[in-house]
Amino acid sequence: MRETLDMMDFVYAAYAICLIGTLALTVWSFATMRAAEKRREESRRK
Amino acid sequence: MHGYANPARFLKIARWFTMPLLVGGLIVTAAALIWGWMSSPPDRLMGDSVKILFVHLPAAWLGMGGWTAIAIASLVELVWRHPLAAISARAVAVPGAVFAFLCLASGSIWGRPTWGTWWVWDGRLTSMLVLLFLYLGYIALTNALAREGSSSRIAAIFGLVGAINVPIINRSVVWWNSLHQPPSITMGNSAIDPVYLYPLLACVLGFSLLFGGVVFARMRAILADAQAEARLRRKAQKAELAQATPGDA
Repeated sequence: MRETLDMMDFVYAAYAICLIGTLALTVWSFATMRAAEKRREESRRK
Repeated sequence: MHGYANPARFLKIARWFTMPLLVGGLIVTAAALIWGWMSSPPDRLMGDSVKILFVHLPAAWLGMGGWTAIAIASLVELVWRHPLAAISARAVAVPGAVFAFLCLASGSIWGRPTWGTWWVWDGRLTSMLVLLFLYLGYIALTNALAREGSSSRIAAIFGLVGAINVPIINRSVVWWNSLHQPPSITMGNSAIDPVYLYPLLACVLGFSLLFGGVVFARMRAILADAQAEARLRRKAQKAELAQATPGDA
C-alpha cells in the first residue's frame, strides 16, 4: 500500500526544530553573557 | 588588526554591536520567514516542502561558515598570536554546532517526503555529519584546555585541520552520486527562481545577523569570566601574602 504524506506536517516539524533551536541558542547565549558580566562586577566589589 | 587586540577596546565595540545584531537578526529573520512562507508557491517536484529551504539553507550556510571562521581565527592565532582569535574561535563553536545540527535535522525531515527516506550515507549528508562531530570534538577540546589553563594552540591546529572538511561538503554533490541536489547557488549564478531566491537571501541575512550577535555575546561571556577569575585569583594571592607577613601590615 502506498502511504500518503502530508507535506505540511514535515514543513511544520522542520520550522519548529529550527526556530526553537535558534531561539534557545540566542536566549542561552544572552543569559550566559549577562551572568558572566554580573560575576565580573561582583568580583570587582568583593 | 592588533589595534583591536586590547580586550577593553574590543568590549567597547562588542557592547555596541551585540544587542542591535540580536534584535535586528530576530526581526529580519521573522520578516524573511513570513515573506518566504507567504510568497512561495508549491514547487513542481517538491510541493509545499520547498518552504523548508528557508530554514535549511541558512542553517547549512552558518554550519559551514562557522567552521570557516574557526579556521581563519586559528590561522590568525597561530601566525599573529592575536589574543582575541582563540576567544572568537571558541565563541563560534557552539552556534556553529547548533546550526550544523539544525541543517542535518531539517534536511532529514525534508528528505522523508521528497526522497522517501530520512537518511542516506552519501557524500553530502555524511560530510555534514562529520562537521557536527568536528564541532563537538572542538568544543570538548577547548573546554578542557580552558579548564586546565593550557595553551589554545592545539585547538587552533585542530581548527585548521578540520577546515579540510568544508570544501569536501561543498563539492560532495559534484564529486559523488547523491540524492541531494547539485549546488543551486554558485558565484554570480543561481538556478533558484527569484520567487524563492529573494526571501531565501533575506533569511540568510537574518540568521547571519543573529549568528553574529550570538558570537559577540559568547565572546563577552568568555572575556568576563576570564576577568572575574583573574581578579579573584589576584585578591586571593594578596590575602595569602598578607597572612604570611602579618608584621608588614
